[in-house]
Amino acid sequence: MDQTLLNITFVGASFVLYIGIAWWARAGSTSEFYAAGRGVHPITNGMATAADWMSAASFISMAGLIAFVGYDNSSFLMGWTGGYVLLALLLAPYLRKFGKFTVPEFIGDRFYSPTARIVAVLCLIVASVTYVIGQMTGVGVAFSRFLEVSNTTGLLIGAGVVFFYAVLGGMKGVTYTQVAQYVVLIFAFTVPAIFISIQLTGIPLPPIGLFSAHTGSGAPLLATLDQVVQDLGFNSYTGHHQSTLNMTLFTLSLMIGTAGLPHVIIRIFTVPSVQGARFSAGWALVFIAILYLCAPAVGAMARLNIIDTLYPQGTQEAPLAYDERPGWIETWEETGLITYEDKNGDGLIQFYNDKSESFAPTAAERGWEGSEMTINRDILVLANPEIAQLPGWVIALVAAGGIAAALSTAAGLLLAISSAVSHDLLKSTLMPNISEKNELLAARIAMAVAIAVATWLGLNPPGFAAQTVALAFGIAAASLFPALMMGIFMSRVNNKGAVAGMLVGLGFTLLYIFLYKGWLFIPGTNSFPDTPEYWLLGISPLAIGSVGAMLNFATAIIISRNTEEVPDEIKDLVDDIRVPDFHDDPRPVPAE
Amino acid sequence: MAINQRHHELAERYWKANIRIVTICLIIWATVSFGFGILLRPLLSGIEIGGTDLGFWFAQQGSILTFLALIFFYAFYMNRLDKKMGVDERGA
Repeated sequence: MDQTLLNITFVGASFVLYIGIAWWARAGSTSEFYAAGRGVHPITNGMATAADWMSAASFISMAGLIAFVGYDNSSFLMGWTGGYVLLALLLAPYLRKFGKFTVPEFIGDRFYSPTARIVAVLCLIVASVTYVIGQMTGVGVAFSRFLEVSNTTGLLIGAGVVFFYAVLGGMKGVTYTQVAQYVVLIFAFTVPAIFISIQLTGIPLPPIGLFSAHTGSGAPLLATLDQVVQDLGFNSYTGHHQSTLNMTLFTLSLMIGTAGLPHVIIRIFTVPSVQGARFSAGWALVFIAILYLCAPAVGAMARLNIIDTLYPQGTQEAPLAYDERPGWIETWEETGLITYEDKNGDGLIQFYNDKSESFAPTAAERGWEGSEMTINRDILVLANPEIAQLPGWVIALVAAGGIAAALSTAAGLLLAISSAVSHDLLKSTLMPNISEKNELLAARIAMAVAIAVATWLGLNPPGFAAQTVALAFGIAAASLFPALMMGIFMSRVNNKGAVAGMLVGLGFTLLYIFLYKGWLFIPGTNSFPDTPEYWLLGISPLAIGSVGAMLNFATAIIISRNTEEVPDEIKDLVDDIRVPDFHDDPRPVPAE
Repeated sequence: MAINQRHHELAERYWKANIRIVTICLIIWATVSFGFGILLRPLLSGIEIGGTDLGFWFAQQGSILTFLALIFFYAFYMNRLDKKMGVDERGA
């Protein structure tokens, strides 16, 4: 069967499944629309959260980033999983006990201030919309590559599908659709990883294969990889080469961003009890960890496979001739994501680090005049099965998985946006008398508008997907997470403190990112070059969210100490959310 | 929301127990990720595992496995504490 036909069959079959589920589970009442009637089991919810969380960035991009950088990009692995510990311990049980539908609702009630609620809506919308733009870009790239249509057509098909099931289905449709998407994406990620791990180490478990002996050389896989990359002038794979401060802050920013992102928090509201909420973050992490434990193995093994392909007789011998290149290089050259230029005119593919000064003499000695092939990091996971010469159905499965990852996250974010607009902005602030039917309608209109905006910005992206994702994390980390945490753990933080804290955290983070990435992400409008020597204390715009969060905490605490006390009924509210359920129990208070 | 004296006392004692266990869990959380994975990696460089050192393993595998254990430990611990202190959601 032709590969394109196979791709279309797999992607098409998975679509029929998602849309069928969305149709079967379409929502009736508002309670069902927002929170699936609170009838979702923690394990089901965990799978849906995992699909929601693992976007095109986790599925398509992350293993590639680790592959080409090595240890220094471990931040992604620790950051995007460590946030679930914060979520489970610091937020989930209390927000579930509070028992309302949305994040701004909690912030507005706890800080007894409509202003706080509107500021929270603002943070939520900015974070979510920027995140959706990244996903829509991902949807467009994946569709156009595998269905062999133009980027614009791919994006429009994707937008139509997201619109159809997110708008019609609401949360319940999304929850069960996302379970199906999780199953598709996890198979798509792990099946090629297992095949490749067996090829390289003989061990079917990739996380163990990563630390095992390489069957080709007999030496440990990572030692072999360190050797071959250094032979070509690259930094060692397992070594620590970047700033420690930046790596620490970047990891922290991803962690607190994870715990503060509204589309993940909103999931907690769909679990039936506080006890269930404690487990739900754990179940989500179980399903996420399956991918995250395999991703570093995929990265390392793909890097080794690429170098082995380009240097078939070893890195000390002559590289592959361009005319003998394998089919996957040809295919990806057509998309422009792999490029080749024969700089020294010998017809061979020299792929090495031409920016390394210490390697320059070796390169000159071998007659090399610059690295001749560039490989886009984002294609690694999608190209991986082809690089390892796996069967055609595995390639088609990965196509379906990449699309599932991008679509599911986009849908979850759209739901968070629509709830914020219809519920927090209209029902509770601007139009308190709105009927349930009109509230539902407003939610659907908000989703449609958000999809339109994201699609339009996805067609003319304000920057790379990674930059947009960085902004989403920075905003969530610097604005929403501190407000939520202080709302639960510090009963003396008052309305003025919380509002000022959110605004300072949000403003500082946006400012710092825009200075280096361009104002509103418009290319060329950045005030400073985005390179380490211009960053404040070597902190990259990706890592600045943790500094923004610290400023948020500090501002809120200082202002609260110097303004009036929190009212008694709010102190009672805080006491109430801290304890799962008070019973009218005549017995004395038991010891712990 | 009339919270009587008993509720206050219960809330205070329950919260103290919760803060203690959260603090312990977060110390472990930070130690395996920021500690073993990044800042203390040079100290672990002598312990070899699969062609690299233990710090690398913690950064790419160990921290994730520890996070999982922490969340489930906390959930089991707290759900047991809820029952013991009579604040679990009965018939909710």
